[in-house]
Parts: sequence; C-alpha cells; structure tokens
Amino acid sequence: MNITEKILARASGRPRVTPDDVIFANVDKVMMHDVSGPGVIKVFDKLKKQGINVDKLWDPTKVWVAEDHFVPSPDKVSAENIVKLSNFTKNYGIEKHFKYGMGQYGICHTLSHEEALVLPGDVYVGGDSHTNTTGALGSFACGLGHTDVAYVLLNGKIWFKVPETLYFKLNGKLPEHVMAKDFILKIIGDISTEGGAYKTMQFGGSGIDEMSVESRLTLCNMTTEAGAKNGIVEPDQKVIDYLTSRGATNISLVVGDDDAEYEKTYEYEGSEMEPIVAKPFSPENISIVREAPSVELDKSYIGSCTGAKYEDLQAAAKILKGRKVKIRTEILPASISIYKRAMENGLLKIFLDAGATIGPPTCGACCGAHMGVLAKDEICISTTNRNFPGRMGHVDSQTYLSSPLVAAASAVTGKITDPRDLN
Amino acid sequence: MKGNVIKYARDNIDTDVIIPGQYLKVHDYAELALHAMEGLDPDFHSKVKEGDFILSGRNFGCGSSREHAPIALSHSGIKAVLALSFARIFYRNAVDGAFLLPIEIEEDAYSNISEGDEIDIDIHTNEIKNITKNKTYKMKPFSEIIGKIIEAGGLFKYKPD
Repeated sequence: MNITEKILARASGRPRVTPDDVIFANVDKVMMHDVSGPGVIKVFDKLKKQGINVDKLWDPTKVWVAEDHFVPSPDKVSAENIVKLSNFTKNYGIEKHFKYGMGQYGICHTLSHEEALVLPGDVYVGGDSHTNTTGALGSFACGLGHTDVAYVLLNGKIWFKVPETLYFKLNGKLPEHVMAKDFILKIIGDISTEGGAYKTMQFGGSGIDEMSVESRLTLCNMTTEAGAKNGIVEPDQKVIDYLTSRGATNISLVVGDDDAEYEKTYEYEGSEMEPIVAKPFSPENISIVREAPSVELDKSYIGSCTGAKYEDLQAAAKILKGRKVKIRTEILPASISIYKRAMENGLLKIFLDAGATIGPPTCGACCGAHMGVLAKDEICISTTNRNFPGRMGHVDSQTYLSSPLVAAASAVTGKITDPRDLN
Repeated sequence: MKGNVIKYARDNIDTDVIIPGQYLKVHDYAELALHAMEGLDPDFHSKVKEGDFILSGRNFGCGSSREHAPIALSHSGIKAVLALSFARIFYRNAVDGAFLLPIEIEEDAYSNISEGDEIDIDIHTNEIKNITKNKTYKMKPFSEIIGKIIEAGGLFKYKPD
C-alpha cells in the first residue's frame, strides 16, 4: 500500500484497502472556520428540528477552530458570525479556538502546521477546500463541506472512497529563482484543473527530499486546484524537526510500502523548471513568466495560505530589499507567529521601506471577501491559489497567480517579471 | 422527476461563479438563492423556476468546499445538475446534504439537450427522457454508497451496513 492507503486502512480498521473501496474512516483532527463554522451550526439547527441529538460532540479535544475569512470583521454579518462561532466553541467545550486579537491566530491551514495541530499519519478533515495543504506533514488531509464536518463532529468518522494515487517525482533541486509554487502551477498546467479529480497527488523524489516543509505545504495546498482529494508527501526528519520545534511530541511516521502502487507517475527535472504564472481565468492557464503577456499590473498581493508563509515572505523580502514598489502592493502574513518572525527578522521594515502596505492575517481578498478586493478591470498578480472570474473581487477583474518571488519582482516593475530580469 | 433545462455549455463552472466569495458570510438559504450563479449569469435568479435542472460540461462545481454552492442552487429551485463530470466536494455536498442530485451524463445528452427542453430523469432506470425532442439518453448510475445516501435522504439519515 502507498502512504494514503496505509493511513486510510489504519483509520478504518482494515488490514488493507485498495482504490475504490468505500470506507468509514475514524478522524483524528477536524477543523472549521468562520465561514464553514456558521454553516455547521446551521446544520446542527436543522438536525435539532429533526429530533437528532446534537448535545455533545464526539471529542472536543480533536476539534479546532480558526477565524480567518472575514477577519477583522468588515461588517455586521461577519461580526455576528464570529460571535456565533465563539458561543459554539464555548458551549461545546472546544478549547482550541484561535481568536483574532487574542495572540496567535491566522489562516486555518497555516495554523495546522505552525501550531503542530496535525501529525504525520493523522486523518485530518476540515471545512475548507485547501485542507489538502496539511498533507505535506504526511497526513491524510482532505476538505469537506458543512454537512460532512457536522457529521464528523458528532460521529468522529466519515465516508471516503479510497483514491487512486498519482505520483509526481521531482528529480533534483529547483533552481534558486524557482519556488514550489512554480512547480505546482506547472503540474496543474500539465494535468488540468480536473487532472487530479477524486485522486491523491503524492510528491516525492530527490527534489522533494531537498525541499523545505513550507515548500511542500505549497505543493499540497494547490492539489485542490487539480481537483485532488488529498495531496501528500512521505514524512521525513525535516517534518519531525519542524513539528518538534513547534511543540509536537509522540510523532510516528507512516510511509508507503516498497511495493506501493500508483496509478500513474509523472517525472520532472528540477533544473528544467522555470518561473510560471497562471493567467486569468484558471490555474491551469499557465505561461512561463518570460513568455507572459506584457500587461500593466495594478496590484501585487502577497498573502494567503498558499503564499504568505514565512519562507514566502523571505522570498518577497529578498526581492524588495532596497527597491521600491511601482504598483499597489499588499503583504499579509498568514499567521501572527509568521508576522512576529517577520518583524523580529527585519522583513516588515524591508516591506515598508519598499512602499508596501502590511495587513493582518486574513483570507480577505484571496476569496474576494474584503480587505483589498479588485475593482472592475483591475489586474493583480497574486501569490494566492485561484483566479476564476470574480475570485478576488469584480467579475471583470483579472488575477495572475505566481510565486512570491515573481509577485515581488512584478511589484517593482509593474509588469509580470522574472526575478532574474530585475536590475 | 420532470423539469426544464437551463444550459451552460461550458466546462469548469466553479464555486466562485455559483456563489461569489462575498456571500460566504451569508447563511440564510433564501438570501443565498438570490445570488446563485451571479458570477456567470446575473439573470439566473429571474429565470429559474422551481423544479428546473442545470445542464453543463466537465468539472462542474470546481473550486472551494463552500456548501453555499449546492444550497444556493437548491434553494433557487434546482432539483438536479446534469454535467459531464463533477468536482468532488460539490458532488459530495450535494448528496450528503441532500440538496440536489448530481447526474453524470454522456456526451450525447450534453450536446443534444437544449436550453428550455423538458426532460424526465429516472434514477432507477438511469434514463433521461427528452420530452421536447422525444429522445432518450443514459445517465451514469450512482455508485453504491451514493445511491444509498440519496435513497436515505442525506448522510445523517443513512445507516451504514
């Protein structure tokens, strides 16, 4: 069995599983946020009316809650959702509720790794499609809707069809000007936004071994854009060190068997990878940066679970140090812990000196919700994950998806720019 | 199950156009319905009728996990979406929450059924009858678990064997 199959076999109490088996998996961790949480509460209300008992959760210690989409609350409805969420966690005894303005908080997927909330081998589900991110720690991490999260909260398990696995092998390190974001955009361009549908996308090879945990998180994050059920990397010493430094104990690693099977293997040579953008209006609509259209950009956005981890901010700072931005540039660290490190290590000063605005952790403009949404005809280069029509604001705005290096280089020139071509 | 078809002859209808991100804070189902398909078809709300179906191409519902998407369509009156394929979270949200039926169709139904056609879907015989055009197409049968959850009326009413 491969790693995903081994995790799902263990979680469903079976000696082995094979693709297409339908299982009920016991869940180790579950997450909801200020969008899916109120949705779950609505499901609980419906269940109560149907006479179903919702008085107790299966295990409140395995649940954690993030405030990330509509924070800081931009309006009354959003503020009321935060109140609802707080009442819910209080009533049900959920202690891990990361509240904005009260110490550590941030984007749910970022907290999953920054706070070591998910461990290798876990079955982790969340009320957000980018839950896939956390598979980079060697867990089975999968996004679900409100009804399914409500089901998990009450029953501690959920059904899955065991997925086929696509294996993406990266031979050798990525060049210095190429980031994990470029690699995953290249993959999505190759296999399409439906190419991983219902499947596992597993990453391995010497290039992945060389990669930091944060870069692996970027890869797994955007398996969602290929339609995948989960993204995963077999955990190694780097994952143990990463999680241990964040307080995790009792880490045990699950890896695939030597005779693990994959539906298909794709191979890439690290040295051949180039900076990539995804043009409007799909993550599969890719172009090499040096061949991208010469458009006048209005904004550079460096934020989100995909592109505002500490390493992403370091990449942006490398470019922006001693330079000035030519277009509106917004940088929003993905969690308070990252924000603080960026402050302590001088990154925030570099950003401010360059002319960028720094915002609080929020999903905000990434999903067109608030705090920097795009106007009609505005064109943005962004380190986020989706660029469907209207994704970041007006339906006639445009988003180019890129790595933080490319987004920062483009902020300096006002055009889509390969970091190697900066003066 | 009879109804009329609203056709979007394109692939990759994503959740951002089914219900734009600015409405994610809304959890009132009737209010969500007012904004269904707003990102693609601002006239949708005025033309949709109770019992209508949507017909579309590949990868319907790709993008986010927002259950708002099947909720907004269902509370607009849509009883089923017929598509060449579905994104996974939209599909399981539609079924587990018992909001609407995701019907996988073949190329013949996709190209032959037109906007406004009246069709009759039978999920027991896996046949779709086009009453307007007097034609019949096959739908892909539901997998066993999906069939059982639909039969039960959603995940919470389904009792695993």
